[in-house]
Order: sequence, then C-alpha cells, then structure tokens
Amino acid sequence: MTAIPMMDGLILGGVLFALGLGGLLLRRNLLFILISIEIMLNGTGVAFVAAGSRWGQPDGQVLFLFILAAAAAEVSVGLALLLRYFHQRQTLDADAMTKTNTRG
Amino acid sequence: MLRLLWLVPAIPFASALVLAVVRLPKRAIAWLGSCSIAASCAISLIVAFAFLGAPPAGGAYTQVLWTWFDVGGLRPQIALYLDPLSLIMMIVVAFVSFLIHVYSTEFMSGDDGYGRFFAYMNLFVASMLTLVLANNLLLLYLGWEGVGLCSYLLIGFWYRDPANGRAGRKAFIVTRVGDTAFIIGIFLLFHQLGTLEIQDLMRRATLQWHTGSAMAIAAAVLLLGGAVGKSAQLPLQTWLPDAMAGPTPVSALIHAATMVTAGVYLIARMHVLYALAPPAQFAVVVIGAATLLMAGFSALTQHDLKRILAYSTISQIGYMFLALGVGAWPAAIFHLMTHAFFKALLFLGAGIVIESLGGEHDIFRMGGLRKELPVAFWTFLIAGCSLAGLPLVTAGAFSKDWIIWGAYTAANGSIWLWISGLVGVLLTSLYIFRAIFVVFFGKQHSPVAHKPGYAMTVPCVILAIFSIGAGYMRGPFSDFLTAVLPWNPSAVHPAFSEIASEGIVAAVFFVGLYFAYVFFLRRRDYAAALAVSPAGRVLHRFWFSDWAMDWIYDRLFVQPVVWIAQIGKGDLVDGFFRFLAWLNKIAWRGLNRTQSGRLRWYAFAIAAGTIVYIAVVLFL
Repeated sequence: MTAIPMMDGLILGGVLFALGLGGLLLRRNLLFILISIEIMLNGTGVAFVAAGSRWGQPDGQVLFLFILAAAAAEVSVGLALLLRYFHQRQTLDADAMTKTNTRG
Repeated sequence: MLRLLWLVPAIPFASALVLAVVRLPKRAIAWLGSCSIAASCAISLIVAFAFLGAPPAGGAYTQVLWTWFDVGGLRPQIALYLDPLSLIMMIVVAFVSFLIHVYSTEFMSGDDGYGRFFAYMNLFVASMLTLVLANNLLLLYLGWEGVGLCSYLLIGFWYRDPANGRAGRKAFIVTRVGDTAFIIGIFLLFHQLGTLEIQDLMRRATLQWHTGSAMAIAAAVLLLGGAVGKSAQLPLQTWLPDAMAGPTPVSALIHAATMVTAGVYLIARMHVLYALAPPAQFAVVVIGAATLLMAGFSALTQHDLKRILAYSTISQIGYMFLALGVGAWPAAIFHLMTHAFFKALLFLGAGIVIESLGGEHDIFRMGGLRKELPVAFWTFLIAGCSLAGLPLVTAGAFSKDWIIWGAYTAANGSIWLWISGLVGVLLTSLYIFRAIFVVFFGKQHSPVAHKPGYAMTVPCVILAIFSIGAGYMRGPFSDFLTAVLPWNPSAVHPAFSEIASEGIVAAVFFVGLYFAYVFFLRRRDYAAALAVSPAGRVLHRFWFSDWAMDWIYDRLFVQPVVWIAQIGKGDLVDGFFRFLAWLNKIAWRGLNRTQSGRLRWYAFAIAAGTIVYIAVVLFL
C-alpha cells in the first residue's frame, strides 16, 4: 500500500477546516454552525492522522479517537442546548441572539 | 475652694457634649442647657469669693490639670490661671451667658434646632472660659478658635437661608485673617523666648527685649492682628454687621457681650509686651479711635435695629482699644464689663421687639411700642442711656468717662484722642436715641403678635440693674485690677481734672439727646429733608455701606481671586489630564462597539486574529 504524501493529507485537513470556518461565519442557523464546528474538528483530525503516518507513529490516530469521543460528548450537550433554545424562542437564528437574557 | 476652678469651663463643655450626642425632649434641653451655665456661674462666684477672701500668694492662682504634649521643648499645659483680670472676665462671661441662656429657653422655644442651639451655646461658653482662664497662649488659642467656630455655627444657625450661611462664612474667613497673624505671633514669641506660658513670657520679654526693639514690635503687631479680627476693629470689622444673621441671643452673647471683647482681653493680658512696643501700642490707639468714629457714623444711617447695635458694638470696642492704646488698662476692662451688661441687654430688648412683631427688623416699621412692651421699653431705655452715658446714674457713663479722661491724661494720651472720644459720645447718643425714639415712640405701625414671658423679661430686668449698678463699683474695681494692670494717670495734665472732663462729656451727651429728640421725634421731616439733600444722600449711602469697605474688599481681594481662579481653570497641567480623559473616552467608544453580542462577529474576530498572529509569526 502506497503511503499518501503528508502534504495531501494536510491540504485536505486545511480545506476541511477552511470550509468549516466559512460555514461557521456565513450560516445563520445554529444547527449548521454546530455542524460547521464538527467539520473544522475533523479537519484538524485529518491533519493529526496525516502527521502521525508521516512519522510512522500511531499517536495521531489515537489522539483522533480521543477527539472524536470528546466531540461526541460536546455535540450532545450542544444539541441539548439548541433544543432548549428553540423551545423558548422558536428560532435558531444566531443573529437574533445578541442579548443573553432570554426574556428580553 | 480655688481647686474647683477647673469645673468652670468643664461643666459647660460636658453639657455641650451631652446635648450634641443625646436626643432629649425640649424641656430637658432647656434645663440642662441653662443649668450647666448656672452651675458654672455659681462655681465661678465661689471661686471669686475664695480668691477675694484669701488671696493666694503672688496674687494669682495656677491650676495645672495635665501636660497637653511635650515635643522639642514645647510643653504647653492644660492649666488655668486666675488673677484679678481673668477673674473679672470669668464672672462677666459666666454671668451674662447664664442670663442669655435663660432668655434663650423661651426665645428659641419655637425652633426645630433647639438641642443643636444649646449644644453650640454651651460649647461657646466652655471655649470662652477656656480662652479667659488659659495660662498659656496655645490653650488661649484653642479657646480663641473654639469661640470662632461656635460663632460661625451660630451665625449660620438658620442654615436653610443661603444668606445666613454666607454671613457665617464671611465671619469665619475675615476673622481667619486676624487669627493667622495671631498664630504667627505665637510662633514668633515661642521662637524668640522659648515659652508660651503667659506670665513667663512677660517676664522673659522684659529681660530680653528693650523698649522699642523690632522683635517686640513685630510680636505685638501680630497679636494685634488677631485682636483686630476677633474684636471687629478697622480694617477687619466688616464681618460683624453681617453676623447679625444669627438668632438674637447669639448676637447678644457672642457678637456683643463676650466673644468680640476677646481681642481687648488679649491685649490687656499681654500689656507688658505692648509697653515694650510703643509703635504697636500707638497702632492700637489709632485703630480704636478711627473705628469708634467710623462705626458711629455708620450706626447713624442703619435702619435694621440689630445692625445699629452691631455698629454700636464695633464703636464701643473702639473705645476699649483707645483705652488700651493710651495705657488706661483698667478703664478698658471696666468698659468691657459694663458694655457686656448694657449691650447684652440692648440685644435682648431688640430680640423681644423683633419677635413680638413677627421678625420685623426695620425700625421705621416699628414705632409706638412703649405701651405694648413696657418691660422691653424700660430696660432698653436704661441700656441705651448706659450706652450713651447718662451721667451720674448709669454704668456706661462711669466707664466711658474714665476712658475719655484717660485718653487725655494717660501715658500716651493726647487732646486729639480726647476730642475723638467726645465726638464718639455725640454719635452714640444720637444713634441710640434715634433708635429708641423711632422704635418706642410715635405712631404704632404694626400690631404686637405676642408678648414676652418671664424667661425673657427677668434676665432683662437683672441686666438693667447691672447696667446701672455696675458703675458704682469703679473704685474697688480699679483697686482690684491695678494689681495686674498698671494705672497711673500721669502728672502731665494735673490741671485737667476728671470732673471737668466728665462735665463736658455729659454736656455732649445731652446735645446728642436733644438733636435725636428734634430729628427723630419732634420733627421727623427735618431728618427726611437732611437725608434727601444732595450731600446728605451721598453721606447716607457712604455710611450706610460702612464707608464702602465691603465694596473695596470685594474689588481688592474677592474679585482678583475669582479672576485668577477663572484663569487657572484652563491651565496647561489641566490640559494634559483632560487629554488623558479624552483618550480614554475614545478608546472606550471603539471597544464598546466590538461588544455587539453577535456570535458570528466574535467568531470572525477570533479567526482573523489567529490568522494575523500566524502571519506575523511566519513572515516577520
């Protein structure tokens, strides 16, 4: 099996990260913002794995597994907050939440 | 018995403290406030009898209570000194204060600040007694500032009216000018002579300084500055007429009978120093003579009853200064005592009149009160006669004759001082009988709202008795005082007998009385015609404004200071700090805008920041 050049892996990670960031900045829906964050996280994960394979070490992949586990926990919390927010406001528009007090 | 002396100032002080801290019902305040002074007065009489019965060795008694502090050779003690001079002052202060406190219990009864009033008044009496009994200059200065503070507090007693507050501040600031000179004088004396104990100071001064030495003159002039400020003499007299903004008992006690005579007491206490400094003593004469005439003319034109009495006070203290300056020391103190009685009485009478007319001060809106307020009329008349010097009967005549005779025959006397004293008698007689005729005779203009009770009339009657009786004590008084204050009418003018001088003074008194009778009772149109004539109008305006002194001070001191303050507002240093404030404001505006609450904007800022940071790391 031929090794994938490290640069390709890093470019893929960078593109994923940039796409995620673009989504984060351009989308107004909180759900899509959350998805964009996940994409950014995966972009960094790809970079870890690529760097790990470059040095023939498993550390990169191990780290990525940890990141996935943490991301899963984080997403569940984020989604729960999202649901609470939607119940109160009937909207998920990030630009509408410029005030922290929910009653205002 | 003499050991009770410390209680004389301590009791009023303790009661002032209680009145200031504890909230009491009105009746309790009245009892505590006047009984403390009564106790103080009684103890001072006991001490006086003990002193007279068995005079202590050296003719003076010193009671050391404790050492105040001990720093670098300066060891002022809290110590009281009783000699004939301070004994007389103590009794006069305690006695007059007691009567005025009794009067106040009724006069102030409708006032909200009843407790506050008596707390201030008791504190005043305590400070005044400290001043009088102090054995060193520093303790004297403590009392001196204490009475100044109480004067300020009581002038502005009805503080809701801004004008009263202004009058209080004026009194405080103008006397401060004199007090500053006084404290510098104290520093000078300590620096030169190494002690502040008054008797010690006098002894060392005579040893160390010869007559007319520069240091003695400087010290005497600086102390004179303090005396001039406190006693409202030329050029610092402008505060006293405005001080009449306070309640009338305050005017009677502080601004007539006791505090304003503190300057006279100070000079008499330090008379050895003045004997060493003839130019300073000459300045005392000049100030006294000029003040007594100027204030007399001013009093002629006033139509506020209390202001007439205020100018009269300034004028009478001018007489005392005249006596001090020529070296007739006991005459000055004797006049101080008689003046305390009759001037307090005049103010108390004026208080009755003003209150019975519902706060009317203008004498031309009074009139015909003779029948309605008989006690006030008779006592006011007695006090007025005493002030103007009705011969042979009243106390004021005895003391003033003594001063006027002394003005010619005493060590520094001259014929000109004698003449100015005579002119003063004419003016006094004119202005006080003008007030009496206008207020108590003629047609009644306004109805009497309510009549005074016993608490107000009885003190008046007692003071009236003293305004007459005190005069007959001149002989023993003189003998008693000459132990501390020298009195040797020089043999320069043996031909000029005291009887002749008294006769002329009496004649001048009756001339003044006659003119007052003609102008202000018989033919008031004469006075009106005189007042509207061109020269009369100018003089009236000039005298009414107290020789335009307030105007001059306003131009000379107040306005330049205000002007400099205006300029100082926009100076360079301020500019720097104002720039800092401006910079902060700009930064605040910019940063404030970033806190928009927009989530995506924050995310963008973080991302952009990271990119910029990485770029900086990579490319620089």
